Amino acid sequence: MVTKTKKPLVPRLGSERVKPAPFRYFRANSLAEAFAAYAEAEGDCTYMAGGQSLLPVLSLRLQTPSLVIDISRLEELRGISLANGVLRIGALTRHNEMLHSPEIARYAPLLSKAAPYVAHPAIRNKGTIGGTIAHADPAAEFPGMTLALNAEFEIANSEGRRREPANGFFRGLYETGIAPGEILVAIHVPVFGEHDRCAYHELARRRGDYPLVGCGVRATIRDGVATNGRFAFIAVGAVPQRAFAAEAAIEGQRLDETAIAAAQTALEQDLQPDDDSETTGAMRLHLAKVLLGRLLREIALSPSKAVEAAA
Amino acid sequence: MTERVPVSMTVNGEDVQRFVEPRTTLGDFLRVEMELTGTHLGCEMGVCGACLVLLNGKPIHSCLMLAVAAEGETIETVEGLAESKAIADIQQAFHNRNALQCGFCTPGMLVTAHEILKSEHPLTREEIRDELSGNYCRCTGYEAIVDAIEQVFVARAAGREVEASGQFAETAA
Ligand SMILES: Cc1cc2nc3c(=O)[nH]c(=O)nc-3n(C[C@H](O)[C@H](O)[C@H](O)COP(=O)(O)OP(=O)(O)OC[C@H]3O[C@@H](n4cnc5c(N)ncnc54)[C@H](O)[C@@H]3O)c2cc1C
Ligand code: FES
Ligand code: FES
Repeated sequence: MVTKTKKPLVPRLGSERVKPAPFRYFRANSLAEAFAAYAEAEGDCTYMAGGQSLLPVLSLRLQTPSLVIDISRLEELRGISLANGVLRIGALTRHNEMLHSPEIARYAPLLSKAAPYVAHPAIRNKGTIGGTIAHADPAAEFPGMTLALNAEFEIANSEGRRREPANGFFRGLYETGIAPGEILVAIHVPVFGEHDRCAYHELARRRGDYPLVGCGVRATIRDGVATNGRFAFIAVGAVPQRAFAAEAAIEGQRLDETAIAAAQTALEQDLQPDDDSETTGAMRLHLAKVLLGRLLREIALSPSKAVEAAA
Repeated sequence: MTERVPVSMTVNGEDVQRFVEPRTTLGDFLRVEMELTGTHLGCEMGVCGACLVLLNGKPIHSCLMLAVAAEGETIETVEGLAESKAIADIQQAFHNRNALQCGFCTPGMLVTAHEILKSEHPLTREEIRDELSGNYCRCTGYEAIVDAIEQVFVARAAGREVEASGQFAETAA
C-alpha cells in the first residue's frame, strides 16, 4: 500500500512554476514510425532517448517542441556486437552499461576508462551514448573519445542508412553531422589491437561535473616506439578536438621525457581555448599540457591495455 | 494544455492507472497525482538529487523522466522503501548520527545510500563521497551522512541491526 496524505500538499501544475511547455507524446515502436511522426510534425518535434539532456532543456523551456518522439524502446538501437574487427555499440547503450560491459573493456577500453567520469551514477542509469553524441556537449566525454578511436557513426533516415566518420562530425556547438529528422543508430569502433594502449583523465571541480579539461589518448606501442597516436581533448572549445601537431611529435618516437615535452609544446598549435566565466584560456591550455604529460607517461609504462582489460 | 493520455505503472507495489499531461515529469506525477510527497523536487534539472526514485530497481532522477515514459515500469519511492523496511537500518543510522537538518535532501540521500549499500565490499569514505556526488545537501556538510552510511556498512557486514544510539537515542526508542 502507498502512503496517502489527506489532501494535496502541493499545488497543481501552474504557469507560475518552471515546467516544460505543453507537448504531445509519441512512443515509436520502429524507426519507420519515428520518421513518420517526425515528418508529420514537420520538424516541430524532438527525439527523446534517455532524456537526461532533453528534460532539463524542456524544463527550462530552451526548446518548446509540439511533439516529443520517444525512441528509447527501439530494439534496433540496442545491443553491443563484434564483427570483422569492429565493435558495434547500439545508440541506446546506457552510460552505466558502457562502464560495466566486458566487450567495451576488452575491445574499446578508452570508453570504459572515460565512463566513470560521465555525470553521476543516477544519470548514468538512463543517459545513452547515442544521446550524448547527438547532443554533442563540447565537454562531454564519449563524443570526444570517438575522435581518438576513429569511430564511425551509423545514421538512419527515412531513405536508408549512411556512415559518417567521427573526424569532422562535430561541426559546432551542439551541432553534428546528424541532419534534422535523422537518428543515430550505432557507433562503430575499430577494435583495440594487441599493442594498442590508451588512457583517459580529466580535471573537474567536482566528481561527475563536466570537466575544465579532459583528454583521452591512444597509441600503438611496439618495442617502446609509439605510432598512430591519437589524442582527443574535451572542454577546450566549441567542439571536441584532435591534437594533430602533438600526435605528430610522438610519431615513431620512444615515449621518453623528451618526446613527451615535445608533444606538450606542440599542443600550443592544436589548442587555442578562449577565456570564459569558468577560467582563462591560458589556464585551460596549461591544464591540457599537464594532462597530456600524465597520460603519455601512463601509456608508456603500462602493459598492453587490451590484455589488461581482458584479464 | 494538451490532452491527457493514459499511463499505467507499478508504484510501491501497487498497479496504478492515471491520465496525465505528457509534459508531467515522473516527479510531479508522484507528488501531485499519487500524493507521495516524500520525493522532493529541488532544481528540476538533474543537479540536486532530491528527487531520486528507483526505476526497475535502479536510482534515477524523477525530474528527468516523463510520467508517460514510465508506461509498464516499476517505480519505488522513499515511502515504499521505508514501508518495506528495506532502509530501516539506514534511517536509524541517519537518526543516530543526525545526518539531516532540514531534511530536504534526505529522500535522495536514502535512495543513493540504499543503492551503494548493495556493494559486495564496504566502500571507503572517499568512494562513498564519489557515489554521493549527485546529491546536494546544503545543511550537514556531508560528514554525518558519510558516517551514517559507513555505520550501516559495518553493521550489515557483521549481520547486526543498527541500534538506536547517540544524543537522540531516547526519542528514537
Ligand atoms: C546534472 C547533469 C550532469 C551531467 N554531467 C555529464 C558529464 O559529466 N558528462 C557527460 O558526458 N554528460 C553529462 N550529462 C549529460 C548526460 O550524459 C546525458 O545523458 C546525455 O548527454 C544525453 O543522453 P540521453 O540519452 O539522455 O539523450 P536525450 O536527453 O534523450 O537527448 C539529447 C538530445 O539528443 C537527441 N538524440 C538522443 N538520441 C538520439 C539518437 N539516437 N539519434 C538522434 N538524436 C538523438 C535528442 O533529440 C536530444 O536533442 C549530465 C547531465 C546532467 C543532467
Ligand atoms: S529535482 Fe531532480 S535533481 Fe534536483
Ligand atoms: S539536510 Fe538540509 S539539505 Fe540536506
